[in-house]
Amino acid sequence: MSTVPIIRAQSRPGAGESAAQPELARRCLYYMSLMRETEDRIERKLYRQGKILGGVYVGRGQEAIPVGSALHSLPDDVLLPSHRDMAVFFIRGVPLGRIFAQYMGRAAGLTRGRDANMHMGDMSAGIVSIISALAATVPVAAGVALALKYRGTNAVAFSYFGDGATSRGDWHEGVNLATVQKLPVVFVCNNNQYAYSTPLSAQMACANVADRGPAYAMPAEIVDGNDVLAVHAATGRAVAHARAGLGPYLLECKTFRMTGHSAHDGAQYVPPALFEEWAKRDPITRLEQEMIEQGWDDRAAIDTLHAQVRAEVDAAVAWADERPYPDPATLLDGVYEVD
Amino acid sequence: MPTTYLEAIREGLWEEMERDPNVFLIGEDIGVYGGAFKVTDGFIERFGERRVVDTPISEAAIAGAAIGAGLMGLRPVAEMQFADFISCGFDQIVNFGAKCRYRWNAAVPMVIRAPSGGGIHGGPFHSQNPEMWFVKTPGLKVVAPATAYDAKGLIKSAVRDNDPVIFFEHKALYRRIKEDLPSAEFTVPIGKARVARPGRDLSIITYGAMVWVALEAAEKLAEEGVEIEVVDLRTLLPLDRETVCESVKKTSKVLLLHEDTRTGGMAGELAISITEAVFEHLDAPIVRVTAPDTPVPFSPPLEEAFLPNAAKVIEKARWLNKY
Repeated sequence: MSTVPIIRAQSRPGAGESAAQPELARRCLYYMSLMRETEDRIERKLYRQGKILGGVYVGRGQEAIPVGSALHSLPDDVLLPSHRDMAVFFIRGVPLGRIFAQYMGRAAGLTRGRDANMHMGDMSAGIVSIISALAATVPVAAGVALALKYRGTNAVAFSYFGDGATSRGDWHEGVNLATVQKLPVVFVCNNNQYAYSTPLSAQMACANVADRGPAYAMPAEIVDGNDVLAVHAATGRAVAHARAGLGPYLLECKTFRMTGHSAHDGAQYVPPALFEEWAKRDPITRLEQEMIEQGWDDRAAIDTLHAQVRAEVDAAVAWADERPYPDPATLLDGVYEVD
Repeated sequence: MPTTYLEAIREGLWEEMERDPNVFLIGEDIGVYGGAFKVTDGFIERFGERRVVDTPISEAAIAGAAIGAGLMGLRPVAEMQFADFISCGFDQIVNFGAKCRYRWNAAVPMVIRAPSGGGIHGGPFHSQNPEMWFVKTPGLKVVAPATAYDAKGLIKSAVRDNDPVIFFEHKALYRRIKEDLPSAEFTVPIGKARVARPGRDLSIITYGAMVWVALEAAEKLAEEGVEIEVVDLRTLLPLDRETVCESVKKTSKVLLLHEDTRTGGMAGELAISITEAVFEHLDAPIVRVTAPDTPVPFSPPLEEAFLPNAAKVIEKARWLNKY
């Protein structure tokens, strides 16, 4: 018998339970709206206009996960977002214009045109770039956490991945090392139930990603990944555990990928009923309803917030579109440190 | 007292750990046990578990954790128990670690030590020379010392380097070669070849354990009046084409030698580099002595037939000298 139970259906603060909830809800709504608007602009406009080439992957419908979790990060924490965690970049202060420049292959992008889309990082913002091989960031997160512990800090690493990534050996090796060494890692899974076209049932024989936790003697919690305040509350427990030096914590956020794998994928393999069902649980709509029902904000205030977000995105796109492409003369630069 | 190749690596690591508190070791059986070859014996007693991290059997996790710690500004030295197992961490090294600087301007100071090479009856999975998997990966540096002096000087430079370095240390040299090392501190620069023996008649370009095979062949041929120049590459990536070409300009004849298998080996890259730069100086075809394109066999007569040796080099060098 495992001594580490899987935690389910934890309560979260509701109306009146925390004076900070209305302000937290506003911040969550802002970042979720910014992520939705940014990715809609990327996928549904700039990509279709041919201003963004290559692969485009979005986290539509999953915004609550990066937002609810990353809002717990402190300046010295380090985050390793997956390709569906755009909001992590906003929360860590990466300028929106540079993100659009990244997608548009401009020199002002985070990779100066060397890599595309979500393949970006910035150690000064505490963000490690993903690579295309999924779960490759998991052992790296263990190493980041090892360094945080080595230096005697109580900072933590946030390691993000999807359900499909948990099939890879790198995931298991990284998790195993983190648990054996009791490293401060919060593992955040966005279980969106599809890995490209592969449904969860063909990905793993266990019912939940959290079921993998007890095998590593790691606390694992299942949370409604479309309820941003629930994700926030659960992340609070996970971060407290890791900061206290008790080792890693696995958070499985149940959600649904409301798009294809990438912009070119129509996702005809997903039963339409699933999209309809999950559309009713949209994290942004749900939070708005709660804010109105609880009297934290009215519809007009929420509409104003969305309008501000659109204006912010408009300005960032305009700025990025004026940035130059990288000079081909820089092709050879930066493979190695220059003495 | 002379220092062995193994002891030289150990001394280099020890000095770097004494010098810089950001340097730490990570790998399998390196702490309490002291490493499969005892390179890190005694380190855990001196530096403690914090700086000598024993890991599960997890090459991908070792490589990935070294990358993560390197990104954070530490200087990890990861040990692959045998270079053969580095394939288990391949994606981390070539796709993650090697590309960070170019992609997003993130430095990954990291050394991966890889005990490589045959001649120890290790069979197909304890004898390989997998350097070319990494030589063709921009962003990595690949080092393969032949002498105790270079082993110490290069491991120290590798630890101080701000890019990922794969450090191939040849197992057959560990306790077989030794020399007196300076008592004062020294380093050897990465990316610089050396002339191990000057000569006028032909050049043998080689690295690692084969430097000693080349020197043995050169000694014997000197008795026949043939003066061979031996160039020890020391670093395979970035490659010191300048030193190689200087030697070719001097001797006009080239024999390329490596213990690695033939197709896609270092000899190919050297041959084209020489042709591109100093073709007009050549007086003969470029020739090579390498292992054949097979896995490394176990049984002694098979392994002996597989490995290049002085006799094979002498035969080829005589032909080349007469050309």
